Amino acid sequence: MSLLHLAVLSPFLLALIVPVLYKLFRQIHTGWFVLLLPILLFSYFSRFIPLTKQGDVIRERADWIPSLGIHIDFYVDGLGLLFALLITGIGCLVIFYSIFYLSKEKEKLNQFYVFLLLFMGAMLGVVLSDNLIVLYSFWEFTSLSSFLLIGYWNERERSRYGAQKSLLITVLGGLCLLGGIILLSVMGNTFSIRELIAQSGQLMDQALFTPALLLVLLGAFTKSAQFPFHIWLPDAMEAPTPVSAYLHSATMVKAGIYLVARLSPVFAESGTWLWLVSLTGLITLFWGSFSAIKQTDLKGILAFSTVSQLGLIMSLLGLGAAALHYDSMGENIYLAATVAAVFHLINHATFKGSLFMVAGIIDHETGTRDIKRLGGLMQVMPITFTVAIIGAFSMAGLPPFNGFLSKEMFLASMVNVLELDIFNLDTWGMLFPVIAWVASVFTFIYSMIVVLKPFTGKLQLSLLERKPHEAPIGMLVSPIILASLVVIFGLFPNLLSTSIIKPAVAGIQPGFALDDFPVHIAIWHGFTPELWMTIGIIAVGLILYLFFQKRQKPLLLLPDHLSLNAVYDASLRELERSSSFVMKWLMTGSLRTYLLSIFSFFIVSLGFTIYWKNAFALDTGHFAPVGFYELLLAIVIVVAAIAILFAKSRLTSIIILGAAGYAISLFFVLLRAPDLALTQLVIETISVSLFLLCFFHLPLMASRKEERMSFKLNNAVISIGVGVIVTLIALSAHSNKLFDSISSYYLENAYKEAGGKNVVNVILVDFRGLDTMFEISVLSIAALGIFAMIKLRLTRRKAKS
Amino acid sequence: MKQNDLILQTVTKVAAFVILLFSAAIFLGGHYSPGGGFVGGLMTSAAIVLLLLAFDLKTVTAILPIDYKYMIGAGLLISSLTVAGGLLFGVPLMTHAYRYVDLPLLGHISLHTAVLFDLGVYLVVVGVTMTIIQTIGESE
Repeated sequence: MSLLHLAVLSPFLLALIVPVLYKLFRQIHTGWFVLLLPILLFSYFSRFIPLTKQGDVIRERADWIPSLGIHIDFYVDGLGLLFALLITGIGCLVIFYSIFYLSKEKEKLNQFYVFLLLFMGAMLGVVLSDNLIVLYSFWEFTSLSSFLLIGYWNERERSRYGAQKSLLITVLGGLCLLGGIILLSVMGNTFSIRELIAQSGQLMDQALFTPALLLVLLGAFTKSAQFPFHIWLPDAMEAPTPVSAYLHSATMVKAGIYLVARLSPVFAESGTWLWLVSLTGLITLFWGSFSAIKQTDLKGILAFSTVSQLGLIMSLLGLGAAALHYDSMGENIYLAATVAAVFHLINHATFKGSLFMVAGIIDHETGTRDIKRLGGLMQVMPITFTVAIIGAFSMAGLPPFNGFLSKEMFLASMVNVLELDIFNLDTWGMLFPVIAWVASVFTFIYSMIVVLKPFTGKLQLSLLERKPHEAPIGMLVSPIILASLVVIFGLFPNLLSTSIIKPAVAGIQPGFALDDFPVHIAIWHGFTPELWMTIGIIAVGLILYLFFQKRQKPLLLLPDHLSLNAVYDASLRELERSSSFVMKWLMTGSLRTYLLSIFSFFIVSLGFTIYWKNAFALDTGHFAPVGFYELLLAIVIVVAAIAILFAKSRLTSIIILGAAGYAISLFFVLLRAPDLALTQLVIETISVSLFLLCFFHLPLMASRKEERMSFKLNNAVISIGVGVIVTLIALSAHSNKLFDSISSYYLENAYKEAGGKNVVNVILVDFRGLDTMFEISVLSIAALGIFAMIKLRLTRRKAKS
Repeated sequence: MKQNDLILQTVTKVAAFVILLFSAAIFLGGHYSPGGGFVGGLMTSAAIVLLLLAFDLKTVTAILPIDYKYMIGAGLLISSLTVAGGLLFGVPLMTHAYRYVDLPLLGHISLHTAVLFDLGVYLVVVGVTMTIIQTIGESE
């Protein structure tokens, strides 16, 4: 355990205390307590900036499961640090904002902040872990906390729907990621990312490489809402706005980006990676921006815009992989794509965060987020309007804001694709700049919609739920800080270039030394193709925006039943329908049918295995001698078993069954196993009395008189079959001793190691104590299950009568 | 149907105590002689079942006003805490500690954390058996 471990675990620890603080200090908004932690963490992580700037890394190790090579290794390099700073920095602002957004009287603040802290800790764990299994555990934790936060207002149907959708999609991806991780570890024989990167050259040629790549990408794409998995993100907007700003735009959805960036050195050599990542990113960019202009909900627009911006970053990361194939280049132009990705990641967090907070303010002050009802808010909310205009213009890629710079770099990278001559890019590469340009036009349009629709035009008070006025100062602080960052990064981009961006890029492209890529970002870079593209975007975007203004109808609306959402809903419905169909077919409610199928399966599977593996063996050498008493007991058991068949009433059969059981316990006595004999004896007693109790519950046969079932051939075959199979297995197991018996070990060590003379009991409570632990857990579950089922039936019966 | 079960009731009054005491003995002696938490628990339940057979459910719940569901929980808690307890001392899960002490009257005996674990097993077994039997019995 080191300070770094403590820093990552601290949100979890605070989450334990939050409910107590909430109960103790009801007068104080719980958010104030929580706010302290991200501030502390942010300053803690800031201290690493000078270290990573020089290319140093910090690593700390704590053991978790050393025997499997799973250690809690935390590793701070440029990339991890960038994310840690984003998580804690945006975290501060979001928590501060939430203090004014969520009322302390009405909301369940204790739950909210516990979930938020869980998320913060999990996300820090994802970006700082070196061990893939640890990363995966934290990864699923982020999905879980996101689920809880989306469903925070769980009385709303849409919240529950959105929460379930996000959980299903992201956990599905998470499981794929786990598969990918396991394949990677099979190939590389390690869970450590560092060690995998070191042997990336050999991994390429292995057969499992492509499956691992696909599975890891599935995990990343679902998390980062890439097409066609993006459908969960718009529905996640049911979460409170601070959550949308934090999880669903600034941090959690970037976990997929982080994973792609982190594992780039492992996979990026392959053409599949380059094509898949960049093309999926581009399609997402296009589809997200295109869908955004059709939305009427302010947060809906921002959700699709997040989808599209994530696609943009993803495509840049994909193209950055091309740099690996040109290591001889003096100034590697493909590295610029990675630089642009990192820079845009930061910029997106600033402008999108501020826009989400603006949307939250509008919602809070007017009671609606529908852009058809909003208008003219500029007069009443001048500060909010200023923030919105900065954020939206940055998103649209207008100078002098930071979005302009990274957008230009993005366009430049897309134009550079034309010069690539690997993986067939020379023929299909033309697609990249074209899609990028078209998507940017749509981006421009929706950015204008976000800022112009609510703030300009006529204020129609009759459409709003309350009379709007400027938000309280507390709610404005966070968006103002983010908007000022947008301006500062826009005017002085080189504040970031060497301190943050360069070390982060070095983390994605470890093959290059820090000095290989001079990161220099300038607003004016001459009349380059990308500048002409931007001018084109603004011109065409403005024309289209005005055109849409006139025609209220959106163009090209996909019919609802063809949308991806319909596919998701239909598959969920289908899943429920078919599983209930199977359940109805299997679970008839008749105990006899269950037993028949269980026993038939038992006979067929075991019998076939014995036959197929030729497993039957008979070796009479080890058999105990059969004496008078043994023979007598065997006869008693056989007679009892046969007598049950002819017993007239159930009561008689139960008692005869008990007699057979007692006879078996006598066998244990003969074979000198007092523990077994004792247990069997008591078990027999109790199960007979239990049978007698259940006896009343069995349905009476026709006419209240018990009748014996008539002879049925299949029942006879199955019962004889079970007996034969069990006997065969018992004989073979006794005759085949493949290993030395472990009993001598127990006999020798029971007293020496565990201080007990009764070996059976020592095994139960000590040597194999975990087995016992889980056995009693299963017993408890069974008892509670029986309790619940019977009580449930009783109450239902009462309700009926 | 009311039967005349005077003999059963009279015998039970004595026998139940004997069985209970015996179950306690085999529970405690489990580490050195046949017995242990599992059998001990079962035998205790057998004693209670005997009471149930001789008297009716109402009488028995009046004698032993125990909610067996809580007993299951308590047992699981004790066992899992014993299992996890080793972690506090930097040894693997499930590591037991024991030492021998000489006590007046009782003589040379061993104190063993395995007994705590076994106590959990004992409570769970009694709780489970009695929960099942009581629920089924009540539903008639």
